[in-house]
Amino acid sequence: MLDYITSYLHSNETPGGAGNMFWAFLYILAIFVGLSIAVIAMNWLERKILAHMQVRLGPMRVGPHGLLQPIADALKLLIKEDIMPAEADQLVFWVAPLITVLAAFTTFIVVPFGPTHAVTDMNIGILFMLGVSSLGVLGIVTAGWASNSHYPLIGSLRSSAQMVSYEIAMGLAVVSAVLMTSLHGSGIYGTGTAGSGIGTLSMIGIVNAQQEQQTWFAFKFFPLGLIALFVFAVAMVAETNRAPFDLPEAESELTAGFHTEYSGFRWSLFFLAEYSAMIAVSSIAVTLWLGGWLRPFANLLSGPTWDLVFSAFPGLTFLGLAAMALFSAKRMPKHRFFKIQTLGLAGFGAVLGLIGLILFIPPVRDRIQDIYWFVAKVAVFMYLYIWYRGTFPRYRFDQLMQVGWKVLLPTGLAVLVATALVGVL
Amino acid sequence: MQPVATTFFFYFLSALALVGGVLVITRRNAVHSALALIVTLLALAGIYLMLYAPFVAGVQIILYAGGIMVLFLFVIMLVNLERAEKEKQFNKQWLVAIVASGALGLLFVKVFTESKTIPGLLQKPLAELAETSNTQQVGLALYGNYMLAFEIASLLLLVAIVGAVVMAKKKI
Repeated sequence: MLDYITSYLHSNETPGGAGNMFWAFLYILAIFVGLSIAVIAMNWLERKILAHMQVRLGPMRVGPHGLLQPIADALKLLIKEDIMPAEADQLVFWVAPLITVLAAFTTFIVVPFGPTHAVTDMNIGILFMLGVSSLGVLGIVTAGWASNSHYPLIGSLRSSAQMVSYEIAMGLAVVSAVLMTSLHGSGIYGTGTAGSGIGTLSMIGIVNAQQEQQTWFAFKFFPLGLIALFVFAVAMVAETNRAPFDLPEAESELTAGFHTEYSGFRWSLFFLAEYSAMIAVSSIAVTLWLGGWLRPFANLLSGPTWDLVFSAFPGLTFLGLAAMALFSAKRMPKHRFFKIQTLGLAGFGAVLGLIGLILFIPPVRDRIQDIYWFVAKVAVFMYLYIWYRGTFPRYRFDQLMQVGWKVLLPTGLAVLVATALVGVL
Repeated sequence: MQPVATTFFFYFLSALALVGGVLVITRRNAVHSALALIVTLLALAGIYLMLYAPFVAGVQIILYAGGIMVLFLFVIMLVNLERAEKEKQFNKQWLVAIVASGALGLLFVKVFTESKTIPGLLQKPLAELAETSNTQQVGLALYGNYMLAFEIASLLLLVAIVGAVVMAKKKI
């Protein structure tokens, strides 16, 4: 048994590829826990950042700077009464949130956090991710229908139309990135010989291709990769029903859209699914265009010295967070009512600082790097999501369709054709 | 990786597909039928995976379960369900249906019994199990040997799309 567990440590494959059930299970558990923490953190960050963008303070009451607010919210949701409308379709009403959550979580099986840090590596990786995440819309549609109420039905009708439209633009952008894995480019764009490579759909294979070609696909064939990334970045916001494309749950028109009738734990499942779907599509974008786990400036600043400098980043990030927490603790009001809060914040800062110091230990430092860069890039996209929400007004439905079919779809097609031409010529 | 519990998964997925299929035609509520159809399609995707065809399984999920079924549900929601539930669900062609399905069943049984007489046909896989390069091989086959058939099929789809637009729009 112990041999079975330790035998994986020497292989340089994913647990799924090595066929080791124990480590696969451990990875799944780690991803599940990490994802839940990320969703909780996003909940707090979104409120805080949105509040600061609107010159408000945001949550300040529960814990220092509202740090315990998400936990209080989770508790509230768990002990809230679970209401099911009498006229609702009981079975479908019950199944709908499960479909969305399952679809959102299952995609993370193939997300590559590092060259071996994925549950498994599939030959059809990106296809699997797109396919399973597209199942999430079924949950939204059935939830709206099963509620047997007007607003949810309108919300889910909008949602299905929107998702089907933007999936096409998204798929075209993805295909142009997949095309880049096999094309090295020649003539004006580079040195390679045309048609020498074999393409791949596997998520790890795509990042490996970027490493071999020494460029992130966002910067390959100069404007083309960036345009494809732009098309994907717009389509993915629409796919996850976030502002400015949040018509399915437009609260000014439809109260809460498809989940109007849901409350308590069932509602929190939708919430969980929405945020994990956001993380999932962001990690598709990072894997396909931004080099996945590869560190930035690998060409410009290469060599062992720079490797060492960049490997210090994870520890420095945590030390920076710790410094922020300690600074805020110092600035807390001196009144005795705030004594526990100040102590708590200082303790939180100390824990962060300790984690930061642990990340400087060489064996840990080398193993954590891939995961750090991947998560950091995903975090940029998550911040963008919040920024969009604070910046753009909601689209009207006809404008939404206009953008999807008349702007993104032709652009995606043109980029696809241009990528193929440039790669072969 | 060596496959585990192959027989169990085969019977599990087949049973899931059959139960889903029966529910599709017996449920009076169209949305329930559509959900049962999704279960069937996903079970079929699992069976494709067991046949070492991950690409087909992925396409099955993304196209049928994720794309077409969403459109189905979209249309069903616009239908008046209360009236549809009262209407008759079956037409009077059960005699033809029994003959057709009986013939199909006989064909299956015949193929199964015949193949048993050829030694080794059911035991060993007919093609090389290329799980790790399935997508690449599908691509090579589609754009190599079966180029013409593939292009003709795509042309057919184009005609269908244009036809749908012409039928739906009064003024073009």
